[in-house]
Amino acid sequence: MLHKFEIDKTKLVLDVHSGALHQVDDLSWHLLDHYQQKSKTQLITEYSVAYNQAEIEEALVEIEQLTAQGLLFSVDPVDEQYDMDQVFSGDVVKALCLHVAHDCNLRCKYCFAGQGPFGGDRSLMSLETGCQAIDFLLKQSDRRRHIEVDFFGGEPLLNFAVVKQLVTYSRKKAALFGKKIKFTLTTNALLLDESTAQYLLDNAISVVLSLDGRPAIHDKMRPAGRGAGSYRQVLKNIKRLVAKNPPGGYYVRGTYTRHNLDFSKDIMHMIDQGLVDISVEPVVAQPEAEYALRLEDAEILKQEYRYLVKKVLEMITAGRRINFFHFNVDLEAGPCLAKRLSGCGAGHEYLAVTPAGYLYPCHQFVGHSQFQLGHVSSNELNQNIRQQFKRAHLYNKPACRQCWAKYYCSGGCNANAYAFNGDLLQPYQLECMLTQARLECALYLKCVFEK
Amino acid sequence: MGKHIKTINTNSLAATIKTGGCGECQTSCQSACKTSCTVGNQVCAKEEK
Repeated sequence: MLHKFEIDKTKLVLDVHSGALHQVDDLSWHLLDHYQQKSKTQLITEYSVAYNQAEIEEALVEIEQLTAQGLLFSVDPVDEQYDMDQVFSGDVVKALCLHVAHDCNLRCKYCFAGQGPFGGDRSLMSLETGCQAIDFLLKQSDRRRHIEVDFFGGEPLLNFAVVKQLVTYSRKKAALFGKKIKFTLTTNALLLDESTAQYLLDNAISVVLSLDGRPAIHDKMRPAGRGAGSYRQVLKNIKRLVAKNPPGGYYVRGTYTRHNLDFSKDIMHMIDQGLVDISVEPVVAQPEAEYALRLEDAEILKQEYRYLVKKVLEMITAGRRINFFHFNVDLEAGPCLAKRLSGCGAGHEYLAVTPAGYLYPCHQFVGHSQFQLGHVSSNELNQNIRQQFKRAHLYNKPACRQCWAKYYCSGGCNANAYAFNGDLLQPYQLECMLTQARLECALYLKCVFEK
Repeated sequence: MGKHIKTINTNSLAATIKTGGCGECQTSCQSACKTSCTVGNQVCAKEEK
């Protein structure tokens, strides 16, 4: 399967099943359309009208050689030789999203957590429950050495004393088990004062910092309790932390909605503030919400990504360091095929824990009682739900099997699929379109920098 | 490198069938997105073992 696309007069061809990316000239671009259906003689005859015969023959030799090397028209490795059962046979949990606070000090209009409590009561995780969760992870991770904990909410800094105690406890226990534990904290940054920031720096905790971009855009969707904007305080706190180059890394993470289809301006605003590592995502919202993105917005958004990639390219060429999360793609040392099939691992490798210790497939399923997998105090997990998520891999999703982007998005977000289509196996169409758009930009950047 | 086709990367995903699957890599949703499943931009963690 080939995917052809063109950005800024650069013609690119992705050989989907090998992952090989090629930049091609006009002649090869056309030849590839018919190479498998027509004979060489037919192709030479057909294209001799517009191209020199010797050139056509040269291009055909190159196509033939790359095909022989498995870098063009490569076959689907899963259909041919892959043992799917082996990929999904393990029962390992390697990452937990700890909801240390089902409460929040902002009232973001698009919040999927119901502005903190996920449809339940406002509550904080106790140290005891948090320690049980860590013990659960250490045991369930079996032989995996690298494990992860994300302190999430609501707003995790509302329960920062417990976060700090859990970091200490986890490190001590992880050392006993011979594990390497990575911590992330996802925060709205409102309480990210100097001492809190220093703790995160000292402990090399990765941080995901919520900021939507321009002041008016941010304040419209992310007001504080009394409706006042949060932009000024949040930006001040983020800049103070980022200035110290967090050793665990950071991402400033924004959300765009129908109110800012021109979200590239928000990203440019972040860049102007000196922020480097940026991730900005489309909002996940019920279709009736006035800020929800619509299918009809897809083309505008695609053009916005195209505009953004040109701006990013200009700035990087001028010497600026910019890392836009969705324009990253690692063609040389990226994940293996097994990882690309299993995706995020929600519901089997990756679980979310509520303040009371109940387990869900991921943070976006919290509050949906039909998906409750168990409790951290017990090592028994609901195997029916777990199997349901294991089976929700891209080769069981009809729309994904023939999609060129399948090895880069791994079948998309199961929570989005369920939210929009009520079916884990039916991806959310707009998410697919946007993923494809930004992946094309990422591949284009890769090609340009190879030059 | 061809005159008509410039190949940007030559490693094949299919080759990782035999070498991959250790599961040590980061959970894709944890790092920066939390609402999308972006795997392609991750780095294989096998070398860090």
